Amino acid sequence: MDLRNMAMTPEEEVEFRKRQRSRNWVVGGVLLFFAVLFYAITIVRIGE
Amino acid sequence: MEQTTPHILPADWRDFFALTKPRVMTLVIFTGICGLLAAPGSIHPVIGFTTILCIAMGAGGSAALNQWWEADIDSGMKRTANRPLPAQRMRKNDARDFGILLSASSVVILGLAVGWLAASILAAAIVYYAVIYTIWLKPRTPQNIVIGGGAGAFPPMIGWVAVTGEVTAMPILLFAIIFMWTPPHFWALALFVKLDYANVGIPMMPVVKGERSTRRQILIYTVLLAPVAIAPWAIGGTGYIYGVAALALSIAFFALSLPVAFRQSVEQDSMQPEKRLFGFSILYLFALFAALVVDRVAAGQGWI
Repeated sequence: MDLRNMAMTPEEEVEFRKRQRSRNWVVGGVLLFFAVLFYAITIVRIGE
Repeated sequence: MEQTTPHILPADWRDFFALTKPRVMTLVIFTGICGLLAAPGSIHPVIGFTTILCIAMGAGGSAALNQWWEADIDSGMKRTANRPLPAQRMRKNDARDFGILLSASSVVILGLAVGWLAASILAAAIVYYAVIYTIWLKPRTPQNIVIGGGAGAFPPMIGWVAVTGEVTAMPILLFAIIFMWTPPHFWALALFVKLDYANVGIPMMPVVKGERSTRRQILIYTVLLAPVAIAPWAIGGTGYIYGVAALALSIAFFALSLPVAFRQSVEQDSMQPEKRLFGFSILYLFALFAALVVDRVAAGQGWI
Protein backbone atom coordinates (compact mmCIF):
# COMPACT_ATOMS: atom_id res chain seq x y z
CA MET A 1 0.00 0.00 0.00
CA ASP A 2 1.45 3.34 -1.05
CA LEU A 3 1.05 5.64 1.92
CA ARG A 4 2.22 8.80 0.12
CA ASN A 5 -0.77 8.83 -2.21
CA MET A 6 -3.28 8.16 0.48
CA ALA A 7 -5.10 11.38 1.04
CA MET A 8 -7.32 10.44 3.95
CA THR A 9 -9.98 12.68 5.36
CA PRO A 10 -9.88 13.08 9.16
CA GLU A 11 -12.84 10.70 9.44
CA GLU A 12 -11.05 8.10 7.36
CA GLU A 13 -7.94 8.57 9.46
CA VAL A 14 -9.95 7.89 12.62
CA GLU A 15 -11.54 4.78 11.06
CA PHE A 16 -8.12 3.61 9.83
CA ARG A 17 -6.62 3.83 13.33
CA LYS A 18 -9.67 2.23 14.88
CA ARG A 19 -9.49 -0.79 12.59
CA GLN A 20 -5.75 -1.09 13.00
CA ARG A 21 -6.12 -1.07 16.75
CA SER A 22 -8.91 -3.66 16.87
CA ARG A 23 -6.98 -5.91 14.48
CA ASN A 24 -3.90 -5.68 16.66
CA TRP A 25 -5.91 -6.71 19.69
CA VAL A 26 -7.38 -9.70 17.86
CA VAL A 27 -4.00 -10.85 16.49
CA GLY A 28 -2.45 -10.43 19.94
CA GLY A 29 -5.23 -12.45 21.51
CA VAL A 30 -4.91 -15.22 18.94
CA LEU A 31 -1.13 -15.44 19.44
CA LEU A 32 -1.53 -15.56 23.22
CA PHE A 33 -4.16 -18.28 22.85
CA PHE A 34 -1.86 -20.41 20.69
CA ALA A 35 1.08 -19.91 23.07
CA VAL A 36 -1.06 -21.27 25.92
CA LEU A 37 -2.45 -24.09 23.75
CA PHE A 38 1.01 -25.21 22.59
CA TYR A 39 2.23 -25.19 26.17
CA ALA A 40 -0.73 -27.35 27.22
CA ILE A 41 -0.23 -29.76 24.30
CA THR A 42 3.45 -30.12 25.18
CA ILE A 43 2.72 -30.90 28.84
CA VAL A 44 0.07 -33.47 27.88
CA ARG A 45 2.25 -35.20 25.28
CA ILE A 46 5.27 -35.33 27.62
CA GLY A 47 3.11 -37.01 30.25
CA GLU A 48 2.06 -39.82 27.87
CA MET B 1 -11.17 13.45 -3.22
CA GLU B 2 -14.67 12.99 -1.94
CA GLN B 3 -15.18 9.40 -3.00
CA THR B 4 -14.37 6.84 -0.36
CA THR B 5 -12.24 3.91 -1.43
CA PRO B 6 -13.02 1.01 0.87
CA HIS B 7 -10.04 -1.06 -0.33
CA ILE B 8 -7.51 1.28 1.24
CA LEU B 9 -8.75 0.72 4.76
CA PRO B 10 -7.50 -2.41 6.46
CA ALA B 11 -10.34 -4.91 6.51
CA ASP B 12 -12.27 -5.25 9.74
CA TRP B 13 -11.29 -8.43 11.60
CA ARG B 14 -14.96 -9.41 11.66
CA ASP B 15 -14.82 -9.74 7.89
CA PHE B 16 -11.99 -12.25 8.21
CA PHE B 17 -14.16 -14.13 10.66
CA ALA B 18 -17.12 -13.99 8.25
CA LEU B 19 -14.84 -15.45 5.57
CA THR B 20 -14.67 -18.71 7.53
CA LYS B 21 -18.47 -19.22 7.12
CA PRO B 22 -19.16 -19.54 10.87
CA ARG B 23 -22.68 -20.91 10.34
CA VAL B 24 -21.54 -23.81 8.19
CA MET B 25 -18.82 -24.37 10.77
CA THR B 26 -21.29 -25.11 13.57
CA LEU B 27 -22.32 -28.30 11.76
CA VAL B 28 -18.67 -29.15 11.04
CA ILE B 29 -17.70 -28.68 14.69
CA PHE B 30 -20.73 -30.60 15.92
CA THR B 31 -20.15 -33.65 13.69
CA GLY B 32 -16.42 -33.53 14.47
CA ILE B 33 -17.09 -33.58 18.21
CA CYS B 34 -19.55 -36.45 17.73
CA GLY B 35 -16.96 -38.50 15.83
CA LEU B 36 -14.49 -37.81 18.62
CA LEU B 37 -16.92 -38.77 21.41
CA ALA B 38 -18.40 -41.81 19.67
CA ALA B 39 -15.04 -43.42 18.92
CA PRO B 40 -13.91 -46.27 21.17
CA GLY B 41 -11.03 -45.34 23.45
CA SER B 42 -10.21 -42.11 25.19
CA ILE B 43 -8.48 -38.87 24.30
CA HIS B 44 -7.07 -36.20 26.60
CA PRO B 45 -9.39 -33.17 26.69
CA VAL B 46 -6.60 -30.84 25.53
CA ILE B 47 -5.83 -33.08 22.55
CA GLY B 48 -9.53 -33.48 21.81
CA PHE B 49 -9.98 -29.71 21.89
CA THR B 50 -7.00 -29.26 19.59
CA THR B 51 -8.50 -31.77 17.14
CA ILE B 52 -11.79 -29.88 16.95
CA LEU B 53 -9.98 -26.56 16.69
CA CYS B 54 -7.90 -27.87 13.77
CA ILE B 55 -10.97 -29.26 12.00
CA ALA B 56 -12.65 -25.86 12.43
CA MET B 57 -9.54 -24.00 11.20
CA GLY B 58 -9.28 -26.29 8.17
CA ALA B 59 -12.97 -25.76 7.37
CA GLY B 60 -12.58 -21.99 7.83
CA GLY B 61 -9.47 -21.90 5.65
CA SER B 62 -11.10 -23.79 2.82
CA ALA B 63 -14.22 -21.61 3.12
CA ALA B 64 -11.99 -18.54 2.72
CA LEU B 65 -10.30 -20.07 -0.34
CA ASN B 66 -13.72 -20.95 -1.74
CA GLN B 67 -14.85 -17.32 -1.44
CA TRP B 68 -11.60 -16.04 -2.87
CA TRP B 69 -12.17 -18.18 -5.97
CA GLU B 70 -15.90 -17.45 -6.25
CA ALA B 71 -15.88 -13.70 -5.49
CA ASP B 72 -17.24 -12.83 -8.93
CA ILE B 73 -19.97 -15.47 -8.77
CA ASP B 74 -20.96 -14.40 -5.25
CA SER B 75 -21.39 -10.79 -6.32
CA GLY B 76 -24.10 -11.91 -8.75
CA MET B 77 -26.31 -13.62 -6.18
CA LYS B 78 -28.55 -11.90 -3.63
CA ARG B 79 -27.75 -14.49 -0.95
CA THR B 80 -23.98 -13.98 -1.21
CA ALA B 81 -23.53 -10.43 -2.54
CA ASN B 82 -22.87 -9.04 0.93
CA ARG B 83 -19.95 -11.36 1.70
CA PRO B 84 -16.70 -9.48 2.44
CA LEU B 85 -15.18 -9.95 -1.04
CA PRO B 86 -18.14 -9.17 -3.34
CA ALA B 87 -19.01 -6.21 -1.09
CA GLN B 88 -15.39 -5.04 -1.51
CA ARG B 89 -14.67 -4.77 2.19
CA MET B 90 -11.48 -6.76 1.76
CA ARG B 91 -8.68 -7.21 -0.75
CA LYS B 92 -8.92 -10.44 -2.73
CA ASN B 93 -5.35 -11.53 -2.08
CA ASP B 94 -5.81 -11.02 1.66
CA ALA B 95 -8.62 -13.58 1.60
CA ARG B 96 -6.43 -16.02 -0.34
CA ASP B 97 -3.48 -15.64 2.04
CA PHE B 98 -5.74 -15.91 5.07
CA GLY B 99 -7.22 -19.13 3.66
CA ILE B 100 -3.83 -20.67 2.94
CA LEU B 101 -2.48 -19.69 6.38
CA LEU B 102 -5.48 -21.19 8.19
CA SER B 103 -5.46 -24.39 6.11
CA ALA B 104 -1.72 -25.02 6.35
CA SER B 105 -1.47 -24.32 10.07
CA SER B 106 -4.50 -26.51 10.84
CA VAL B 107 -2.84 -29.52 9.18
CA VAL B 108 0.57 -28.95 10.79
CA ILE B 109 -0.87 -28.42 14.29
CA LEU B 110 -3.12 -31.49 14.00
CA GLY B 111 -0.17 -33.57 12.80
CA LEU B 112 2.13 -32.46 15.60
CA ALA B 113 -0.40 -32.53 18.43
CA VAL B 114 -2.60 -35.49 17.49
CA GLY B 115 -1.27 -37.64 14.68
CA TRP B 116 -0.36 -37.59 11.02
CA LEU B 117 -3.10 -39.98 9.87
CA ALA B 118 -5.81 -37.58 11.10
CA ALA B 119 -3.77 -34.67 9.69
CA SER B 120 -3.55 -36.33 6.25
CA ILE B 121 -7.31 -36.81 6.16
CA LEU B 122 -7.75 -33.14 7.09
CA ALA B 123 -5.32 -32.12 4.33
CA ALA B 124 -7.22 -34.29 1.86
CA ALA B 125 -10.52 -32.69 2.95
CA ILE B 126 -9.15 -29.17 2.42
CA VAL B 127 -7.71 -29.94 -1.03
CA TYR B 128 -10.90 -31.78 -1.94
CA TYR B 129 -13.10 -28.79 -1.06
CA ALA B 130 -10.93 -25.88 -2.17
CA VAL B 131 -9.47 -27.39 -5.35
CA ILE B 132 -11.34 -30.46 -6.61
CA TYR B 133 -14.79 -29.14 -5.72
CA THR B 134 -14.60 -25.32 -5.87
CA ILE B 135 -12.16 -24.83 -8.73
CA TRP B 136 -12.68 -27.94 -10.81
CA LEU B 137 -16.06 -29.65 -10.55
CA LYS B 138 -18.58 -27.14 -9.13
CA PRO B 139 -18.68 -25.03 -12.31
CA ARG B 140 -18.75 -28.14 -14.53
CA THR B 141 -21.33 -30.66 -13.37
CA PRO B 142 -24.87 -30.55 -11.97
CA GLN B 143 -23.79 -33.35 -9.61
CA ASN B 144 -21.56 -30.70 -7.94
CA ILE B 145 -23.51 -30.93 -4.69
CA VAL B 146 -22.94 -34.67 -4.45
CA ILE B 147 -19.22 -34.03 -4.81
CA GLY B 148 -19.20 -31.04 -2.47
CA GLY B 149 -20.98 -33.11 0.15
CA GLY B 150 -17.86 -35.24 0.34
CA ALA B 151 -15.96 -32.31 1.84
CA GLY B 152 -18.50 -31.83 4.62
CA ALA B 153 -18.37 -35.56 5.34
CA PHE B 154 -14.78 -35.56 6.58
CA PRO B 155 -15.08 -33.96 10.08
CA PRO B 156 -16.59 -36.93 12.02
CA MET B 157 -14.08 -39.22 10.33
CA ILE B 158 -11.18 -37.00 11.43
CA GLY B 159 -12.56 -36.82 14.98
CA TRP B 160 -12.88 -40.61 15.12
CA VAL B 161 -9.41 -41.28 13.68
CA ALA B 162 -7.87 -38.76 16.13
CA VAL B 163 -8.98 -41.10 18.93
CA THR B 164 -8.38 -44.53 17.40
CA GLY B 165 -5.45 -43.81 15.08
CA GLU B 166 -6.89 -46.10 12.40
CA VAL B 167 -9.49 -46.03 9.64
CA THR B 168 -12.14 -48.70 10.24
CA ALA B 169 -15.69 -49.33 8.97
CA MET B 170 -17.32 -46.93 11.45
CA PRO B 171 -15.54 -43.69 10.45
CA ILE B 172 -16.15 -44.59 6.80
CA LEU B 173 -19.87 -45.07 7.53
CA LEU B 174 -20.03 -41.69 9.28
CA PHE B 175 -18.47 -40.22 6.15
CA ALA B 176 -21.00 -42.02 3.95
CA ILE B 177 -23.96 -40.75 6.00
CA ILE B 178 -23.11 -37.07 5.46
CA PHE B 179 -22.16 -37.80 1.85
CA MET B 180 -25.63 -39.22 1.08
CA TRP B 181 -27.40 -36.64 3.23
CA THR B 182 -26.01 -33.56 1.46
CA PRO B 183 -27.81 -33.88 -1.92
CA PRO B 184 -31.39 -33.99 -0.59
CA HIS B 185 -30.47 -31.34 1.99
CA PHE B 186 -29.03 -28.93 -0.54
CA TRP B 187 -31.32 -29.61 -3.49
CA ALA B 188 -34.32 -28.87 -1.29
CA LEU B 189 -32.73 -25.45 -0.72
CA ALA B 190 -31.78 -25.11 -4.39
CA LEU B 191 -35.41 -25.67 -5.39
CA PHE B 192 -36.50 -22.49 -3.63
CA VAL B 193 -33.46 -20.34 -4.49
CA LYS B 194 -32.85 -21.64 -8.01
CA LEU B 195 -33.18 -18.32 -9.84
CA ASP B 196 -30.07 -17.01 -8.12
CA TYR B 197 -27.85 -19.81 -9.36
CA ALA B 198 -29.23 -19.59 -12.88
CA ASN B 199 -28.00 -16.00 -13.20
CA VAL B 200 -24.35 -16.73 -12.40
CA GLY B 201 -23.87 -19.85 -14.53
CA ILE B 202 -23.36 -22.45 -11.80
CA PRO B 203 -24.95 -25.67 -13.11
CA MET B 204 -27.24 -26.36 -10.15
CA MET B 205 -29.42 -29.42 -10.65
CA PRO B 206 -32.82 -27.63 -10.81
CA VAL B 207 -31.45 -25.23 -13.44
CA VAL B 208 -29.78 -27.83 -15.67
CA LYS B 209 -31.93 -30.94 -15.38
CA GLY B 210 -35.16 -29.26 -14.38
CA GLU B 211 -37.33 -29.51 -11.36
CA ARG B 212 -38.75 -32.97 -11.99
CA SER B 213 -35.37 -34.63 -12.23
CA THR B 214 -34.16 -32.79 -9.11
CA ARG B 215 -37.21 -33.86 -7.13
CA ARG B 216 -36.79 -37.46 -8.22
CA GLN B 217 -33.11 -37.42 -7.25
CA ILE B 218 -33.93 -35.98 -3.81
CA LEU B 219 -36.08 -39.06 -3.26
CA ILE B 220 -33.40 -41.43 -4.60
CA TYR B 221 -30.70 -40.07 -2.28
CA THR B 222 -33.09 -40.08 0.68
CA VAL B 223 -33.83 -43.75 0.05
CA LEU B 224 -30.12 -44.55 -0.36
CA LEU B 225 -29.33 -42.66 2.85
CA ALA B 226 -31.54 -44.89 5.02
CA PRO B 227 -29.50 -48.13 4.86
CA VAL B 228 -26.26 -46.16 5.30
CA ALA B 229 -27.67 -44.41 8.39
CA ILE B 230 -28.84 -47.72 9.87
CA ALA B 231 -25.65 -49.61 8.97
CA PRO B 232 -23.58 -48.63 12.08
CA TRP B 233 -26.19 -50.41 14.20
CA ALA B 234 -26.63 -53.29 11.75
CA ILE B 235 -22.91 -54.14 11.77
CA GLY B 236 -22.86 -54.01 15.57
CA GLY B 237 -20.93 -50.74 15.81
CA THR B 238 -23.58 -49.15 18.02
CA GLY B 239 -26.34 -50.15 20.42
CA TYR B 240 -30.10 -50.00 19.92
CA ILE B 241 -30.41 -46.35 21.01
CA TYR B 242 -28.70 -45.29 17.82
CA GLY B 243 -30.49 -48.01 15.84
CA VAL B 244 -33.98 -46.87 16.86
CA ALA B 245 -33.10 -43.19 16.33
CA ALA B 246 -31.65 -43.90 12.87
CA LEU B 247 -34.72 -45.90 11.91
CA ALA B 248 -37.18 -43.25 13.11
CA LEU B 249 -35.25 -40.36 11.53
CA SER B 250 -34.92 -42.23 8.23
CA ILE B 251 -38.66 -42.88 8.07
CA ALA B 252 -39.43 -39.22 8.84
CA PHE B 253 -36.94 -37.99 6.26
CA PHE B 254 -38.45 -40.33 3.67
CA ALA B 255 -41.99 -39.24 4.54
CA LEU B 256 -41.09 -35.55 4.12
CA SER B 257 -39.29 -36.16 0.83
CA LEU B 258 -42.31 -37.89 -0.74
CA PRO B 259 -44.46 -34.73 -1.20
CA VAL B 260 -41.36 -32.93 -2.52
CA ALA B 261 -40.66 -35.73 -5.00
CA PHE B 262 -44.13 -35.93 -6.50
CA ARG B 263 -45.24 -32.35 -6.90
CA GLN B 264 -44.53 -29.63 -9.36
CA SER B 265 -44.20 -26.00 -8.34
CA VAL B 266 -46.68 -23.48 -9.72
CA GLU B 267 -46.51 -19.71 -10.20
CA GLN B 268 -46.01 -17.89 -6.89
CA ASP B 269 -45.47 -21.22 -5.15
CA SER B 270 -44.74 -20.87 -1.43
CA MET B 271 -42.57 -24.02 -1.63
CA GLN B 272 -43.68 -25.18 1.82
CA PRO B 273 -42.82 -28.91 1.41
CA GLU B 274 -39.31 -28.02 0.18
CA LYS B 275 -38.70 -25.61 3.05
CA ARG B 276 -39.98 -28.20 5.51
CA LEU B 277 -37.70 -30.88 4.08
CA PHE B 278 -34.70 -28.53 4.20
CA GLY B 279 -35.42 -27.59 7.81
CA PHE B 280 -35.88 -31.20 8.83
CA SER B 281 -32.68 -32.29 7.08
CA ILE B 282 -30.65 -30.12 9.46
CA LEU B 283 -32.49 -31.50 12.47
CA TYR B 284 -31.98 -35.02 11.06
CA LEU B 285 -28.20 -34.75 11.02
CA PHE B 286 -27.94 -33.15 14.46
CA ALA B 287 -30.26 -35.76 15.98
CA LEU B 288 -28.56 -38.71 14.27
CA PHE B 289 -25.09 -37.74 15.48
CA ALA B 290 -26.37 -36.84 18.95
CA ALA B 291 -27.94 -40.32 19.12
CA LEU B 292 -24.58 -41.83 18.20
CA VAL B 293 -22.92 -40.09 21.15
CA VAL B 294 -25.76 -40.87 23.58
CA ASP B 295 -25.57 -44.52 22.52
CA ARG B 296 -21.82 -44.62 23.10
CA VAL B 297 -22.06 -42.91 26.51
CA ALA B 298 -24.87 -45.25 27.56
CA ALA B 299 -22.82 -48.28 26.54
CA GLY B 300 -19.78 -46.90 28.37
CA GLN B 301 -21.81 -46.40 31.54
CA GLY B 302 -23.25 -49.89 31.28
CA TRP B 303 -26.87 -48.65 30.89
CA ILE B 304 -27.51 -50.78 27.80
